[in-house]
Amino acid sequence: MADFFQTLIATIAVGSLYALVALGYTLVYGILKFINFAHSDIFVLGAWTTFAGSTVFLTKFGYEPEQSPWWLGVCVLLLAIFVCGLTGYLIERFAYRPLRKAPRLNVLITAIGVSLLLQNVGQLPGLALVRGPERVVTKPADQLTDREKSTNPEIAGDTATIREPGEALATLPFGSSPKRAPTILPDAVLNETVVASGTSKGGAKRGVIVLDQAIELVPDRGYRLEIARTIDGQPRRESLNLAVEPGKYEAGVELATQPRRNPADLDGARYTLVRDPLVPIRLLDVLIVASSLVLMAGLQVLVFRTKLGSAMRAVSFNVDTASLMGINVNFVISFTFVLGTALAAAAAFLYAMKYPSLQQPASGVWVLLGLKAFVAAVVGGIGNVRGAVLGGFLIAGIEFFGARYISTELRDVYVFGLLIVVLLVRPNGLLGSAVREKV
Amino acid sequence: MKPLAEHIRAITPREAFRPVVMFVPWIVCVLVALGMHTLAPLVVDDYWVNVLRRIGVFIVAAVSLNIVNGFTGQFSMGHAGFMAIGAYIGGGVTYYGSLMLHGSVGDPSFQTHGVLLMLGGVAAAGCVAAGAGYVVGLPSLRLRGDYLAIVTLGFGEIIRVLLELTTKQLYTREEVTLGALFKLPLNGPTGFERIPGYASVFWIFLFASITCLIAYRVKQSSSGRAFLSIREDEIAARAMGVNLTKYKVRAFVLAAFFGGVAGALYAHTGVNPSPTDAGFQRSFDIIIMVVLGGLGSISGSVLAAIILIALPELLRDLQQYRLIVYALLLIIMMLVRPQGLFGVREIWDFFGKKNRPTSKEESNP
Repeated sequence: MADFFQTLIATIAVGSLYALVALGYTLVYGILKFINFAHSDIFVLGAWTTFAGSTVFLTKFGYEPEQSPWWLGVCVLLLAIFVCGLTGYLIERFAYRPLRKAPRLNVLITAIGVSLLLQNVGQLPGLALVRGPERVVTKPADQLTDREKSTNPEIAGDTATIREPGEALATLPFGSSPKRAPTILPDAVLNETVVASGTSKGGAKRGVIVLDQAIELVPDRGYRLEIARTIDGQPRRESLNLAVEPGKYEAGVELATQPRRNPADLDGARYTLVRDPLVPIRLLDVLIVASSLVLMAGLQVLVFRTKLGSAMRAVSFNVDTASLMGINVNFVISFTFVLGTALAAAAAFLYAMKYPSLQQPASGVWVLLGLKAFVAAVVGGIGNVRGAVLGGFLIAGIEFFGARYISTELRDVYVFGLLIVVLLVRPNGLLGSAVREKV
Repeated sequence: MKPLAEHIRAITPREAFRPVVMFVPWIVCVLVALGMHTLAPLVVDDYWVNVLRRIGVFIVAAVSLNIVNGFTGQFSMGHAGFMAIGAYIGGGVTYYGSLMLHGSVGDPSFQTHGVLLMLGGVAAAGCVAAGAGYVVGLPSLRLRGDYLAIVTLGFGEIIRVLLELTTKQLYTREEVTLGALFKLPLNGPTGFERIPGYASVFWIFLFASITCLIAYRVKQSSSGRAFLSIREDEIAARAMGVNLTKYKVRAFVLAAFFGGVAGALYAHTGVNPSPTDAGFQRSFDIIIMVVLGGLGSISGSVLAAIILIALPELLRDLQQYRLIVYALLLIIMMLVRPQGLFGVREIWDFFGKKNRPTSKEESNP
């Protein structure tokens, strides 16, 4: 049962990300009637901009990722949206607009070209935006290798000092190696239970706390000790894992923590014993789902309640008639395109927070991710805003539940299998309406 | 008085020569392959002979993809999937065949039989790939163009995942039993290794020229005309009585068959086919060849395959910019000359008679 709910939570979190990306596909398809293959690359750009932006900020101002200010997340999100929106505008303006009257196949091929271009430009070796600390090596002057001599060592007497620039932490373009994005959104498990808290007194051994009350540890659940203590007048908090069997423990019993190389002296420390929940609900997941829902609701209002939205729907219905009605078609199309890319950028930011290990821009992982989002759009009925959201959750559901209960390796197969089944049964997607082709 | 031409026609015993004339193109294919085989090692070194073999393989792949993408206008993006099926089937037949019949793989004394095995493998690869093409094509070709692209792309990815799940390769005669072969010992994600490189320049170019010949004859046949009519306007084609699904599936199966052949040949050029060969990147490579050469032009595909395989070899130092150049080439091509180098025409249409009938490509920007 716990498995089931955990999978459900993952489905909802990842499903909302799929839904955001699928919305981008669906918006562009609805208005331009072609698959924007470059959409997944916009997503990649968003994720890597998130990485580069937050790394630059954290390094320049000397923050640790955990203590980054709350507004940093918002700033990086806006940066990602800006960069992606601008790229999306340029793509629409220079690659797709000249082909507006061309056969669909040509636009499709151009989209593939744009996608390949973004991928491969993205992983060119880049110029460093920020570097790590400079490396200084001191060694006897007569032991320098040829390579070291070429870096102009400072020679004072017999010793040479070689200064090497620090490792490039973030580059532009992003380079061809995977990187780890810093997590700048707050994260904690929301529904954990505090079993006991008190002060450890009189412990002789290091790395051991002494209970001042009776506790009971139930089997099959993880326990964690939050320790607060003062070292040299500085308050310090840390989190330790317990290394004891489940059972009942009386006051005064010593509880050992997981052995470490240099165990801390916990005498006099305040401790809080926390029990992991059966189904952990993470703050990050809640943030992801909440911000996605806000964005989707905003899009819903924009498309169905505003004048711009009705212009978008009009252009999607019939471009020529819309322009006769006084709608600035070029503006509406550009706006829709930028809107889609902005949603992808937001999804990419949230994705980089949830899965911080980013593959290099041309990695197949990204294309697969984009494909799944596209499948979500098609399953829901491409061109239909609500369908994309439904499809996103459906695809995530079949992927995660299939991976959990049938086989992990086949997770991509379920997604494409679902696509084929849906297209066979309802060729216009679940919520799509049949379009009659007119001659 | 009768015109001279009619006199000549009357005295030429055309019917008697008919069987001979029928075989002329096939003989030309063999001669082309033989010529390549003898001339290539004299003109270039071993490295370029290998490049030549890859060019031949990709000619087969690009020309076959042209049947469905170019002639019929159905955008398939899973051609690498069929190629990978072909590579694994063809390689498997040769590898496990020689292991079972001879006890070792790649033994020079087994060469003749090995080549026969390879030919059997190529045939089997083509048939299995065609079967897969039928299974994939029948449902998905009912869909509109861009859905088809996605379904075929997904198909390639499914093939890749399934190939990654195959079991470890068997290396000795004793391990090879019927039961073990049913578990598909194709070496999972690492790639199927030690397939002997039996596909010499002769075999590869024999198959390449046969593929071109068949594609050309298909293009001139009634099926080919149906393909082209679907490509130009589906509704008009249907109004003319063309059974859309039937002809789309026919084109797709034909393309899949030769895709499988290309894959089987590829497996015998001294490479290790791996699951990534089924991925979309390889599919894109082949699509770019077809688009560059001109959707519907056989000689265009051949030329594009030659350019796109040879060019990176010449620009080895600029390897990391290769794909950027490809991408720019695609975009600029679509903006400036959307019909590709030759459009639907063949290279000889540009010489010869000026008033040769062409398609409506000029009116179709």
